[in-house]
Amino acid sequence: MRPLTDEETKTMFEKLSKYIGENIKLLVDRPDGTYCFRLHNDRVYYVSEKILKLATNVTRDKLVSLGTCFGKFTKTQKFRLHVTALDYLAPYAKYKVWVKPGAEQSFLYGNHVLKSGLGRITENTAQYQGVIVYSMADVPLGFGVAAKSTQECRKLDPMQIVVFHQADVGEYIRHEETLI
Amino acid sequence: MAAPTAEQALAQVEKDEAEKLKLITVHKELELQFDLGNLLAIDPNPPDGKAFRQQNRAQFLCSLARDNTQLLINQLWTLPTQRVQECVVATLPEPTTRIPREKPVPKPRAPTRWEEFAKLKGIQKKKKTNLVWDEVHKEWRRRWGYKRAKDDTKDWVIEVPHTADPNQDQFAKRVNAKKERVAKNELNRLRNLARADKGKVPGVGLTPTSQPSKDQLGKAMQVAKRSTASVGRFQDKLPKEKDPKNMGKKRKFQPLVGDFKAEKSKQLEILKILDSKKPKMDITRAVNRQMREEDAEEAAKRRKSSKKGRGGGGKGRGGPKKGKGKAPARGGKGKGKGKRK
Repeated sequence: MRPLTDEETKTMFEKLSKYIGENIKLLVDRPDGTYCFRLHNDRVYYVSEKILKLATNVTRDKLVSLGTCFGKFTKTQKFRLHVTALDYLAPYAKYKVWVKPGAEQSFLYGNHVLKSGLGRITENTAQYQGVIVYSMADVPLGFGVAAKSTQECRKLDPMQIVVFHQADVGEYIRHEETLI
Repeated sequence: MAAPTAEQALAQVEKDEAEKLKLITVHKELELQFDLGNLLAIDPNPPDGKAFRQQNRAQFLCSLARDNTQLLINQLWTLPTQRVQECVVATLPEPTTRIPREKPVPKPRAPTRWEEFAKLKGIQKKKKTNLVWDEVHKEWRRRWGYKRAKDDTKDWVIEVPHTADPNQDQFAKRVNAKKERVAKNELNRLRNLARADKGKVPGVGLTPTSQPSKDQLGKAMQVAKRSTASVGRFQDKLPKEKDPKNMGKKRKFQPLVGDFKAEKSKQLEILKILDSKKPKMDITRAVNRQMREEDAEEAAKRRKSSKKGRGGGGKGRGGPKKGKGKAPARGGKGKGKGKRK
């Protein structure tokens, strides 16, 4: 376990900013205590100072997880967000997509969101913008990338992809072993 | 009593004889092939499948093996024998069956660095004659080794070159040069071996060279400086000495539980830089906005024209009202959908 280097922090922030924009500041600078990012086994954990200090007592090879896993660094030093980060992304999301109840299950099985399943979308969403996917009851289901801008979405066929799937809460069951 | 016993004995002996003969003679339809050098017998007869299935299998195989071994031993007895220390020993002929070798074929030696280079450049090996004409001794002498032609180690006098230091021992210089060449050759040999074994290639930066360059000298100095018991930790530095370049960098991380405030401020700084790098005008957003405005304009125009059209028709008060009622409803529906998207 170690703090992130500047390079790593930058790549991670760049990825996070696609979903929550400048709201990362609210994650870094919190009024309710000190929180920090720590790297362990190539995964980035968002931990409170208190938990971190407790975790220092656990040996490196025995430590499985701590705090909230935000994602991991690939071997080519790219950052991948995990669905576990959803709890922190959802409240600060800038661009949202609401999925109709009928298409909820399909999304939770790892499929892309089609136009037919699109309930609502934030105005001004650009193409390839990171979006958080909600159910119509405003429950965050996952996140992805907008395949089309809001304007283009209007003229689409019902079977065309609107949001590319990246992560969904179904992974808690589907990828139980690999998801930490 | 005696006669029948004698007869019986004779019969018994005959029977025994026959039994013995039966034991050592085996009948086979096809002759066995023998390779006595390897003590090998090959039975080309097909095994009796029926008997194999009916009899006890182990017993059948055992008897077959015994018969064939008997034949092999019979064959051995035909060989010339001699007695060595109360043992009868047969001299075996040369084996005829070729047996595959136990170990894999040795791999060809990996090419040396020179061989690789020569192959790349297409340099062929030229066979030189072993003997060369020696002008001094007026005879043919070996090119190399003891009593070679033009042997410069046997010179009793050496001319001092103009550029050389007059006090330098030219004989010692030659001997040194030779020693260095030998050392360099040995090093290269070791390096070739290491390269072939994919091991660690020895001697980085300190190969003997006649005219070392500035870089090589610098490297040699760095290596010499670190070759102390304390890995050069207490070695003095020259006043303007620079740190060596490309000596490997160690990764250093911030402490795990360190200054959280500094960490936070650093991250905020990074965020600030990231923010400043974003373009002020987002082109896609601008285009989208333009598209949206155009859409809205078009929709407004259509609404107006439809209004006018209906108005122009002029079917009295009821008509336009009906039309008006219908048109906004449709428009509203479309708009609602659009906004939702």
